[in-house]
Amino acid sequence: MKARRITALVTGAIMVMATGGCGGGGGDKSSPKTLTYWASNQGRSIQQDQQVLGPELKKFEQRTGIKVKLEVIGWPDLLNRILAATSSGKGPDVLNIGNTWSASLQATGAFQSFDDATIAKVGGRGRFIPSTLTSTGAAGKPPGFVPLYGLAYGLFYNKKLFAQAGLKNPPRTWQELVADAKKLTDPAKKRYGVGMLGASYTEGAHFAFMFGAQNGARLFQGGQPGFDSPAMVAGVRQYLDLLGTDKVVDPADAEYVNDDQILKDFAAGKFGMMMIQSYATAGVRENGMKDDEYGVEQIPLPDPLPAGGRRVASHVAGINIGVFKNSGNKDGALKLVDFLTSPDEQKILNAAWGSLPVVPQAYDDPKFQTPAIQTFRKVLAEAAETLPMIPQEAQFETLVGNTVKGLIADAAAGRPVDDATIKSRLADANKKMQAGG
Amino acid sequence: MIDTTTTGSAPARAPGRPRPRRRPRLAKALPYLLLLPALVAELAVHIIPMLVGAWMSLLHLTQFFIRNWTQAPYGGLANYRIAVNTNGPVGKDLLHSFLITIAITAVVVGCSWLFGLTAAVLLQRPFPGRAALRTLFLVPYALPVFTAVITWRFMFQRDTGLVNALLSDELRLTHGHPFWLLGDRSFAAVVVILVWRLWPFAFLTITAGLQSIPADLYEAAAIDGAGSLRLLTRVTLPLLRPVNRVLLLVLFLWTFNDFTTAYTLFDQPPAAADMISIHIYNASFITWNFGLGSAMSVLLLAFLMVVTLGYLGIGRLRGRHA
Amino acid sequence: MRESRTVRWARPVVLGLLALFTVIPLYVMAVSSIKPLKDVQGRFTWLPTHVTFRPFVDMWHTVPLGRYFVNSLVVSVSATVCSMVIAILAGYAVSRYRFAGRGTFMTAVLSTQMFPGILFLLPLFLIFVNVEKYTGIRLYGSRTGLTITYLTFALPFSIWLIAGYFDTIPRELDEAARVDGAGPIRTLFRVVLPVAAPGVVAVAIYAFMTAWGEVLFASVLTDDGTRTLAVGLRGYATQANVYWNQVMAASLVISLPVVVGFLALQRFLVHGLTAGAVKS
Repeated sequence: MKARRITALVTGAIMVMATGGCGGGGGDKSSPKTLTYWASNQGRSIQQDQQVLGPELKKFEQRTGIKVKLEVIGWPDLLNRILAATSSGKGPDVLNIGNTWSASLQATGAFQSFDDATIAKVGGRGRFIPSTLTSTGAAGKPPGFVPLYGLAYGLFYNKKLFAQAGLKNPPRTWQELVADAKKLTDPAKKRYGVGMLGASYTEGAHFAFMFGAQNGARLFQGGQPGFDSPAMVAGVRQYLDLLGTDKVVDPADAEYVNDDQILKDFAAGKFGMMMIQSYATAGVRENGMKDDEYGVEQIPLPDPLPAGGRRVASHVAGINIGVFKNSGNKDGALKLVDFLTSPDEQKILNAAWGSLPVVPQAYDDPKFQTPAIQTFRKVLAEAAETLPMIPQEAQFETLVGNTVKGLIADAAAGRPVDDATIKSRLADANKKMQAGG
Repeated sequence: MIDTTTTGSAPARAPGRPRPRRRPRLAKALPYLLLLPALVAELAVHIIPMLVGAWMSLLHLTQFFIRNWTQAPYGGLANYRIAVNTNGPVGKDLLHSFLITIAITAVVVGCSWLFGLTAAVLLQRPFPGRAALRTLFLVPYALPVFTAVITWRFMFQRDTGLVNALLSDELRLTHGHPFWLLGDRSFAAVVVILVWRLWPFAFLTITAGLQSIPADLYEAAAIDGAGSLRLLTRVTLPLLRPVNRVLLLVLFLWTFNDFTTAYTLFDQPPAAADMISIHIYNASFITWNFGLGSAMSVLLLAFLMVVTLGYLGIGRLRGRHA
Repeated sequence: MRESRTVRWARPVVLGLLALFTVIPLYVMAVSSIKPLKDVQGRFTWLPTHVTFRPFVDMWHTVPLGRYFVNSLVVSVSATVCSMVIAILAGYAVSRYRFAGRGTFMTAVLSTQMFPGILFLLPLFLIFVNVEKYTGIRLYGSRTGLTITYLTFALPFSIWLIAGYFDTIPRELDEAARVDGAGPIRTLFRVVLPVAAPGVVAVAIYAFMTAWGEVLFASVLTDDGTRTLAVGLRGYATQANVYWNQVMAASLVISLPVVVGFLALQRFLVHGLTAGAVKS
């Protein structure tokens, strides 16, 4: 019978492969001469991250004799991986994270806190630009992390499109931004005023915070969430109206979730302006747009600012680095943190990512004296506020971010999104926050 | 290890080896020994984790305790109260997700079964190209789920996908380019993908069932002058009952528990496609509230058990597993 | 047996529509994989502006697809082999012996099929971690852990199918072997199993496909070194959403071996199902 032959063959082949395969995946125990470093994805691909970090970590190895095992982790996986590491105690020695998660992760107790003695080993508090230290953990506690890369929001605008539309200057107020966007918009030519990462929940959360603050909103008061306050509704409305009422955003943007899409469209001149973090400078360049073809300004504020409104054009964004408490090689881990936050490394790494150094000396380098970087520095210094550093911050981003994302989808589908809708959705998020916490 | 090359005839006895004595105790233990590996695997991967999961559902297992999860405070039924309180936002969303999943499952199981039956019956008779069609129909089932869903994800893209190009630009059935992966249409997107993937399984199973129906039954009925429809309702369907019973249950469980489709298709599923598995995944992993997530999972399991037992109870399984 | 006109008329139409529904996504996958990047970024077209095989080259560099491939292969094959052996033993016990707890065993095993994976994902993870803590056996983040998980996923259905298949094999064969002095294990492997080969092949296909396509557990239980295709490909699509031609090329390459294997062996699966499903 033929079937029997086939089975025998298949079984044989499988056996060979299985015996070859079993016992795979051995792990290495921590020793004083090795470290594991989890780096979140900063570049345009995981590979690019490896190419940038590889030589630097080699340098570290030459200096200290400590070999670093690098793993670059994509954002979709990062929180799960950190969770796995936290609950198992089996994690990397050093890892970096989005700085807004600092207080949430600090609350798990899985990370070495940077008390005075510890932070002294990585250059002391004085090493870092003070504003970057505001988003490293809950207030009143020693930082859970130290800053690694700085980021801030800015308004990117395409100079050529502005000139074609007869616009001489970038907008100075939010009202001007909307008016300019309308002039730039021409749906027939598939050209729009503003580009948006509509399906990214983190962007949604950041803008809700930013525009909410401009309208006077406070996300948490006395530990209680206030996502559905009139000021928050007005803030979210301000953002959504770009797409819904003013129609200066391509509805297709509601599907956009990663930077590649929006950066490519911006470089191709499909829209005139985008509000995005500083890392975009690297991506825009890679998409073939020269540095002098676009400008970067602070995201303009409404004029006059609504009652109680604050001058917030960005949150204090960035990437923090921390040491896992279970690390078998804490000294080595701190040496790596010290190395990565040293002025020389700060210059190399931040230039590669398009992010901002977190130590002042790095700005001596002419690479960080471009107009764009000047703008971002100014935003961080004058118009940035720290997202609430409380354990529930990660949930705020998820809940409010997804609410904004859902509203954008509605607006893109042509459904009217009014204050009542926004309020009821935000109220839902608020209740979930209370129930889940 | 498995010598399958020997023929079915009795193997030659090794010379000089005595005929084994009957050892009643060993003989009695033998079936249990044979089951042991299966039992161990089931216990390790299914049963014990399930019990641990049930225990976790009674704890306030939040981000503050995942590092020392054994020290999480005992919360009794607090998590269940949150999950079933349909006036609260968590319970309201869970109920919504449950209803959406029921609706998706009903449509998917119905369509898959209908498509499968139709194709199996129409392919019962030989005709040129039958073998090729049969093979083609099985491809979606053979395709790994995630590659199938990723392909559909590409097809459902608003501006670069095939679906809008076909429906709106070529067939002119819709105006403009609607979103398929946002808003209410995502329901249809999920249904289409699940049917595409699952109906071949129905087809395969029903085809197998049809092969066991003796041809003379059809001939006898045909001699009595029964038409095609009568043959279907009088001969085919009654004889397919046992197959259908199992098939429908399997389709139901697969669709209801499906995680991969929504996970691969969306980064975060819209309300209209918020299937229960991914809903619970998000509820526990994104907010790191594993006690609450476990409570939801236990409720889901209870529901599935009631449905399955009720379903099997109606047509009490006779024979080997009774 | 005559056929009504309606059926003769409906057959090509209905089958044609089903064929179209089936084939379109397959066509999209195939044709997009040979399109230049520009084509997949604009409006969908049925044909490429020009045919290119670059995506099949580039896809190996954008993400470590080769490593994912090896991981998937090793895990799926190991899980298949192990679950086959276990299911054969258990299926034989269920089919040939009447013993206390037999009904309970089958019910319990089959009922695990309805467990929502999400219920035991985190507990399983915690168990893996604790096993490592106390015994040093690495399960989390290793292929071994994933293999154990997957082989169990395939077990319930496999045992059920194989037991059903064994039931169709006349007991006289066993008796004859026993008269010749063969013990039960020998009887199983020398006499029953060869006859049941189609059923075993069916189970093997099923087990392999289960492991090859699993996403949920792989996403949590693997790390960078042991990541499987199922998780890797999703990372691909979220990392560089715009390279749809490469994603489609990768999908094609991942699917092809499974589909070809399945189609080559599908008649055994039909046999297996006939024996398993119809008998119950």
